[in-house]
Amino acid sequence: MATKYDWPAADDRSLIGKRHNRVDGPAKARGAAKYSYDRNLDGMLYGKLVTSTVPHGRIVGIDTSRAEKAPGYKGHVNILNVGDEVQWAGTEILAICADTEEHVRDVAAAVTVLYESMPHWVKDEDVEKAGEANRVKPAKDDTKGPDLEEAWKSADATVEGYYGLAVITHCCLEPHGQVVDWTGDDITVYASTQAVARIPGDLANGLSRDEKIGTVAADSIHVITPYMGGGFGSKFNIDTWGIACAKLSKMTGKPVKLMLDRDEELMVAGGRPSDFGNIKVGAKKDGTLVAYESETWSTGGIAGRGSPPVPYVYNNEERLAQKARHLNVSTNIGPARAWRAPNHPQAAVLTMCPMEDLAAKLDMNPVDFFKKNADLTARPEVYRYEIDKCAEMIGWADKWHKRGDSGSGPVKRGLGMSLHTWGGRPHDSTCEVRIQPDGGVSVNTASQDLGVGTYTTLSVVAAETLGLQIPDIKVNIGSSKLPISGASGGSTTVGGTSASTRRATVNALDELKAVVAEALETEADDLVAKDGKVFSKSDSSKSLTWAEACRKLGNRTITGQGKQPDRNGGKLNDSGVGGVQMADVSVDVETGVVSINKIAAVQDVGLVICLEQCESQVYGSLIQGVAWALYEESIYDQTTGKMLNPDMEFYKLPGAGDIGELEVHMVQNKYDDRGVIGIGEPPAISPGAAISNAVANAIGVRVPTLPLTPDKVLAALANA
Amino acid sequence: MSSKNPTDGPACGLDQEPRKGFSRRTFIEGVGIGAGAVGAIGTAEPARADTHEPVGPDPVAITLNINGKSHELKVEPRVTLIDALRNRLDLTGAKKVCDRATCGACTVMVDGDPVYSCTMLAIEAQGRRIETIEGISTEDSMHPVQAQFVEHDAQQCGFCTPGLVMAGKAIVDSNPQPTMADVESGLSGNICRCGTYVGVRKAVYDAARA
Repeated sequence: MATKYDWPAADDRSLIGKRHNRVDGPAKARGAAKYSYDRNLDGMLYGKLVTSTVPHGRIVGIDTSRAEKAPGYKGHVNILNVGDEVQWAGTEILAICADTEEHVRDVAAAVTVLYESMPHWVKDEDVEKAGEANRVKPAKDDTKGPDLEEAWKSADATVEGYYGLAVITHCCLEPHGQVVDWTGDDITVYASTQAVARIPGDLANGLSRDEKIGTVAADSIHVITPYMGGGFGSKFNIDTWGIACAKLSKMTGKPVKLMLDRDEELMVAGGRPSDFGNIKVGAKKDGTLVAYESETWSTGGIAGRGSPPVPYVYNNEERLAQKARHLNVSTNIGPARAWRAPNHPQAAVLTMCPMEDLAAKLDMNPVDFFKKNADLTARPEVYRYEIDKCAEMIGWADKWHKRGDSGSGPVKRGLGMSLHTWGGRPHDSTCEVRIQPDGGVSVNTASQDLGVGTYTTLSVVAAETLGLQIPDIKVNIGSSKLPISGASGGSTTVGGTSASTRRATVNALDELKAVVAEALETEADDLVAKDGKVFSKSDSSKSLTWAEACRKLGNRTITGQGKQPDRNGGKLNDSGVGGVQMADVSVDVETGVVSINKIAAVQDVGLVICLEQCESQVYGSLIQGVAWALYEESIYDQTTGKMLNPDMEFYKLPGAGDIGELEVHMVQNKYDDRGVIGIGEPPAISPGAAISNAVANAIGVRVPTLPLTPDKVLAALANA
Repeated sequence: MSSKNPTDGPACGLDQEPRKGFSRRTFIEGVGIGAGAVGAIGTAEPARADTHEPVGPDPVAITLNINGKSHELKVEPRVTLIDALRNRLDLTGAKKVCDRATCGACTVMVDGDPVYSCTMLAIEAQGRRIETIEGISTEDSMHPVQAQFVEHDAQQCGFCTPGLVMAGKAIVDSNPQPTMADVESGLSGNICRCGTYVGVRKAVYDAARA
């Protein structure tokens, strides 16, 4: 049923779905945006962690006596104590503070921690060896669909192969951390977080567990995060360092800044689980997929983690025989954190790569093969459309050749593809929109902008609703004292906050119309807010500019409230999207170096609010995908149990010249009626599988695991 | 190499010869990944005891010329330029990310050349013309590179943005008609994690032609 909250019809949208410059763009381009790391408060002290140097052991001594005598020392708090066990190198043991950043390095270095060493294990790829080390947890088979044995018998072609991808880390450019200013009963936290509204409760809980601190009220904590420098799923909690930082502030009576060092950031504050697997897939002669069987294993630290949803996308339980078994490998590495689309990028590699291998064996063009089996997906129509569109963008019909049929020169070119899906449901959100007598409008909600464009989308929603322009709207987010919104994770923010903002704005406008109707001697229902005016639909002579209309409020400020979910608030959002990506690569078979010529991406997200920022999310996903497909890997050494590359020289990320040409197409005006659906995760899923498939197409053999580094490419060629 | 304005002998006493700074570009072209060590090697050159008193480890008074203004401050000789800018002068536009000359987030101009400020000591920067992201625009108007970053949505979280803007400015300052290959080469010392390079490349390319 139609409601007044529904998104305007396509013809009535002047801002929604169009290109807009990022509202916070100038502040960021000028270097004026203040991040948590940039906060310099009067008398502020510098904090630093002391972390474990062993991958597994029991703490038998902590000596801070030298540190306490060192210049500048101001205090320390223990995070772990003598007798506690550490399970990975880099575990937080204590936090210490000093008057300058230079002194805090000295005092931290002067702390001595002694350990009783215990056995460690950091390797995940060789599951047999991990089993011998007693690091593999037993697993159950998960069987679905038609009888598997019958399905194998019906298959005309099968492929059995080994596939996988390594542990990678988030490497947020602004590291995890915060500045805490504990003054009297008030605690102000400038936290680099994806969850502004959640941090007060999280910190209060953490502090209240310390008897010496006693009960701390969440409402005494104010979190301020107008800007944050990257999270990607790793920044939802206050973490041990945030609690310790608050304690140091209370102890010293000064504000304390504690941001992780780069090596700590890479070792303990990020991590996407690996996944490796032996996969078998089978199809009939005509390309109909009939069976998928997998034994996979992964690690995300001591708890294992990382079970991939396989088979991925192609998973119809009535028609595809499926058997999956997943093993968790427990390792002494920093614990995994959510990474854009948890477990989906891995599942895409473990499904789309064997499928392309099967297409090659069947002598089928992958575009035909993936389309033919689209009925095994939840959205056949969406995927067929997207495959065709994406193929057109990359020039598949002209450029694709049979696997390995790439000429005689040393540089081989190939194409590959992958499909993905994600939910992107809206999170809960509340919003207050204010209209001031001077015409000012503000949107107020305790959300955050991770760089995705929250400031811009909420400006667009409010401006569209009121018939104003983007600069007319002030968006207040990034403060926990505003009306509560959810954490930004799982592509939930745009759906949640756009809905609460739309409803709040409509409600505020209703109140303004009531006042204006009286002044213009008409009915509120007869009034429209458009083009900077409030006017009568029936009598064009009855019209006020926005400023004149707001002046009728006298000294009263209007507030409109809106929330998500709201049963009576119209259908403004949905969940469940599809996307297709295709890669065009060149591989030098003499050096093993893979380079990207082009990647094309087609993505459905229901109703697009800000086209440019939406596209930016996809571009960013493709670039991050190039990173983990070709370069990124957290490399661990079994002898020392340590990460060998916790820095940015050897933890490789691409530069501006490494990404080739990227082309993005957002599906608009096709599924707009579904409302708004999140964009952060879906495009981040497919790049690795698409690039790996393109490399296989180019060189004629499968490079089994990502990243597709030159040594692995050459090894795969040598083994062929 | 930055040789436009050689200093008249640094006050720090660590060097005798007028120092040529380690420009970011030379870093990238000549040294590659081993670059992190260069700053340390450079500053470890033995001082000639007959001409200068050694300074430190206690703080020493220095004067820095930043964005056309003179700033007097006291820092330990080991304090890097990035830490002096951010912690002492509240010029927080330049960001500290890798802290070892890999990612470019700390890029500032020294005597007109882009420099990784995490790998230059504050005392080395005396007598040199330092320009930070805060100094390239006015309240009313942005530098063309900044304006084009906004036009092309060349930013997400924005933490790498100031460094990329300064690298972009260095490109357009030295080459009014850079090709896209020139742009990619000039930006190769900067890393973005969100993945904004598509917009960044266009922004720098267009800014040169603006």
